Amino acid sequence: MVNMLNYDVIVIGAGHAGIEAAIASARMGCSVALITMEKKAIGRMSCNPAIGGSAKGHIVHEIDALGGIMGLIADRTGIQFRTLNKSKGPSVWAGRCQSDRKLYSEEAGEVVFGTQNLDVIEDSVNEAFEENKKIVGVKTEKGKEINCKALIVASGTFLNGVMYTGTDPKIGGRFGERAAIGLTKSFLDMGFVADRLKTGTPPRLKKNSIDFSVLEEQPGDENPQPFSHRTDIKNFPVLPQVSCHLTYTDEHVHKILEKGFDRSPMFKGLITGVGPRYCPSIEDKIVRFADKPRHQLFLEPEGLDSDLIYLNGFSSSLPEEIQFEAVRAIQGLENIEMARPGYAVEYDYFPPYQVDLTLETKLIKGLYFAGQINGTSGYEEAAGQGLVAGINATLKIQGREEFVLKRSEAYIGVLIDDLVGKSTDEPYRMFTSRAEHRLILRQDNAERRLVKFGYDFGLVSKELYNEFKKSEELMIQGIDFASNLRISPKNINGFLASQNSSVIGNGETISKLVKRPELKLKNILETLDKSRFPLVEPLLNNEELLQKLEIELKYEGYIKRQYELVEKMEKLENTKIPLNYDYHNLNTISVEAREKLAKVQPRSIGQASRISGVSPADISILTVYLKN
Amino acid sequence: MLYSHEDTITAIATPIGVGAISVIRVSGSQSIEKVDSIFRGKKKLEDSKSHTIHYGRIYSQSNEVIDDVLISIFKKPNSYTGEDSIEISTHGNPLITQKIIDALLENNVRLAEPGEFTKRAFLNGRMDLAQAEAVADVINSRTEVSLHGARNQLDGLLSKKIDLLREMLIHSSSLIELELDFAEEDIQFVSLKEVKEEIEDIIAEIEELLKSYSFGKIVRDGVKVALVGQPNVGKSSLLNYMLKESRAIVSHIPGTTRDVISEEISVEGLFIKLFDTAGIRFAEDDIEKEGVERSRQAIENADIVIYMFDVTSDFGLELYEEIEKTIPEDRIITVANKIDLGKDLSHSADAEISALTGEGIPELFSLLKEISLGSNIYTEKSAVVSSLRHYNILKKAKENLFSAVKSIENKLSGEFIAVDLRNAENLLGEIIGKVSTDDILNNIFSKFCIGK
Repeated sequence: MVNMLNYDVIVIGAGHAGIEAAIASARMGCSVALITMEKKAIGRMSCNPAIGGSAKGHIVHEIDALGGIMGLIADRTGIQFRTLNKSKGPSVWAGRCQSDRKLYSEEAGEVVFGTQNLDVIEDSVNEAFEENKKIVGVKTEKGKEINCKALIVASGTFLNGVMYTGTDPKIGGRFGERAAIGLTKSFLDMGFVADRLKTGTPPRLKKNSIDFSVLEEQPGDENPQPFSHRTDIKNFPVLPQVSCHLTYTDEHVHKILEKGFDRSPMFKGLITGVGPRYCPSIEDKIVRFADKPRHQLFLEPEGLDSDLIYLNGFSSSLPEEIQFEAVRAIQGLENIEMARPGYAVEYDYFPPYQVDLTLETKLIKGLYFAGQINGTSGYEEAAGQGLVAGINATLKIQGREEFVLKRSEAYIGVLIDDLVGKSTDEPYRMFTSRAEHRLILRQDNAERRLVKFGYDFGLVSKELYNEFKKSEELMIQGIDFASNLRISPKNINGFLASQNSSVIGNGETISKLVKRPELKLKNILETLDKSRFPLVEPLLNNEELLQKLEIELKYEGYIKRQYELVEKMEKLENTKIPLNYDYHNLNTISVEAREKLAKVQPRSIGQASRISGVSPADISILTVYLKN
Repeated sequence: MLYSHEDTITAIATPIGVGAISVIRVSGSQSIEKVDSIFRGKKKLEDSKSHTIHYGRIYSQSNEVIDDVLISIFKKPNSYTGEDSIEISTHGNPLITQKIIDALLENNVRLAEPGEFTKRAFLNGRMDLAQAEAVADVINSRTEVSLHGARNQLDGLLSKKIDLLREMLIHSSSLIELELDFAEEDIQFVSLKEVKEEIEDIIAEIEELLKSYSFGKIVRDGVKVALVGQPNVGKSSLLNYMLKESRAIVSHIPGTTRDVISEEISVEGLFIKLFDTAGIRFAEDDIEKEGVERSRQAIENADIVIYMFDVTSDFGLELYEEIEKTIPEDRIITVANKIDLGKDLSHSADAEISALTGEGIPELFSLLKEISLGSNIYTEKSAVVSSLRHYNILKKAKENLFSAVKSIENKLSGEFIAVDLRNAENLLGEIIGKVSTDDILNNIFSKFCIGK
């Protein structure tokens, strides 16, 4: 047959999920075809030019520890780095960077094209094929038929995407790009259920038309921190650093926007998909919080060479002329030129109860969904799923054991467990409050939590892993040293007094002393005789390690409590439910719970207990039946 | 919260407050070891055979004797649950059973869920499927009922109250979480001082509920009344009169003349345990000292003391002041007796009676009831805690909230406060069968303008 191609894995879509999936799979030894409509659009940032943020920064660190590429690319192309929440405790410290949109995509493209076993095919998939509930291949728009053992769908907002600026719908997945038609039908025919979601993006402004002199400046951190362990800290940041700016809407701006409400596709009911509550359009904010006189807006640079500014906080699908008039009423933007208006995009997603914790669909073996197709929003959430899907597709082909991260191991674990168990009917975004084990899922320990997996899969180099092991050894020695060495009052009281910390009567361990809020580990170590304690020198010379060690010691009590809770929950997680368990005859369980359980098909009692609508009594009864 | 089936569990197996003996059941792999740690008999239970009975004493953590008991050992698989099990037979006094349960809880045994012993019996293959269906019914009905408020009115009110507290807690948590996840937003963050005040309000409400437990207990288990006074003021006459008036004498435990005599009577629907401290005075000889000590203990353990004096004689101020040291004044009822001999009172009294003619005794009964039930603080519209399980959960929730307040006082960052708030929220959810889902985020999105 003409045009007949064979690959182990096909990945549809070269966004943040798709590239992580394709690269991981190829590096693990599979032959991979990455199909994208446009080679130049690899790793393109559809929405704001930024990576990280609260909980998202955590995910980037996790991706990096597992051997993914997002952190590395963000480090290479970041033009402003900040650590959020620095005034709070270490578990909510979160890295965030502004990225040069163009460079990010170019850099991602370079990594993709430089990966062995990975072919990029410029095309669009119209149809997917299964045989006996197993995926076998796809057919493209250009007529190619490609066979595969696994298919990973990371199609973003492109499945039947429709964009709105005002009441005129335009078919497309992203500004200036086509939508993917046909693939949804293929999946519906296989028995999947699809629904619609909505998301939006704000207008892009011409930089040279903004009066920055009247705006509040927001610079990056003085001491910027990278996401990736593979980034050379000595040559970081790579690019020149720039500032963002802040401005606000006011009631006059709101009045102008209101004039366009009769042409709002949202308010007119043209868009039926549910949008994200944490990222509403400006018109939504005005309506829902009518008493709020102003809304904060961030002017984010799109790149070093770019003449565009991203107006974060002003997402809108109102008619272009209304957006234009309103933006011009904002302080500093009076003479603005709008490069393009904001728009809303509505797209197909497959409610994620249809996938398993490996992201393989429950219905069709070898078929994996990752990213917005599962109802998530955000580059980081997408990339985390892409990586897990790529790894699992490969492990299955290679006959190896599956890879499922626990809720107590990673935000990525929380993300996928939430998706599968609770499903979602709005675009799902990660928050630190979604993690019940938040105190142990920190950026600083992401490597300690996850690098072993990355190394096992061959995604983390031996060199990097050895480096980690060396630092881990020092860490353990450090904990041991701090917990056992007692410092005598005469050696430490002078220092304590100088720090306004109460003096001690008996010898005290470093671990105990460092729990005092006013004391720093570094300063305590500095009081010790370096010739007597050879460990002090290497600890003091390793700033990153010193901080990790301090966190472990300072918050030891809380961290220990959290691990105890994890251990308690583990028993429930380990109580397995057989595959395809029939819930329909369990008359003593409520009808709602039975339906939910049958839909989700949880793997364990722990997972079942998190499904909304399933009560503790239902769980209790289920354990009784399971025993039977 | 879901429980593991490997825990060791306990519950009172006999109806509370009824019968001469109570049976406490303990089941689980550590049951023998756990009971051993509070039991002292001739021989360690660990070293004893299955299906044997042992006499000994149960001790509290502070090493006080709680009761003389009989212990039956059932080793797996030949027990009701199929696990190692213990049955403790105690005297039928709710205070004793409660203390023994407390001692077990302190040793990390936990209270059983409804139907849990039966469930374990099934899980361990001691029952067939038909029986298992019945178990499911038991588990279901009990929890379903509590969910839909079809239980008695008291429990319905409690559920409502807990639901309200949980909502308050979700609000406080939202304020904390808001600052953690949405620090970049243009929101007026609430000061931690305000959050602290909110949490303290919830603690106060929980304390109120915890207090209601003693009310619930009094209704269920009775109120302990010690009868005190100098010799010959007429205590025995009053006791006899009360026994005569009382419709049901539950039990009569005779002691020696120097012992405390205890009677259980029911007055106007109130269950009263009467302790006649016949021997109390400032004794010189050793034998009497022992009796006096027991009387003193009876006073210490009493909910209410009736202090009786003879209107024709002196008040006995020295003795009264002694009693006032052990029990607050508002829990003492002063009773002037022998008013049939004249009403010239040198001392005012809360009640004036004649134990001989019965004059004034109905008023005394009313007073007793009023004081026992806390002056009608708990009307029919108040939420009242009546289950030990709920009581213990609320106590734990209170501890968590205290810890959250402490974290705020120590200026710890929000995520440490949040840990305790989350625990407390889960505990309250346990009582009303609600599982924590996305309530906090939902609350944040509905109340605050999020989204840059």
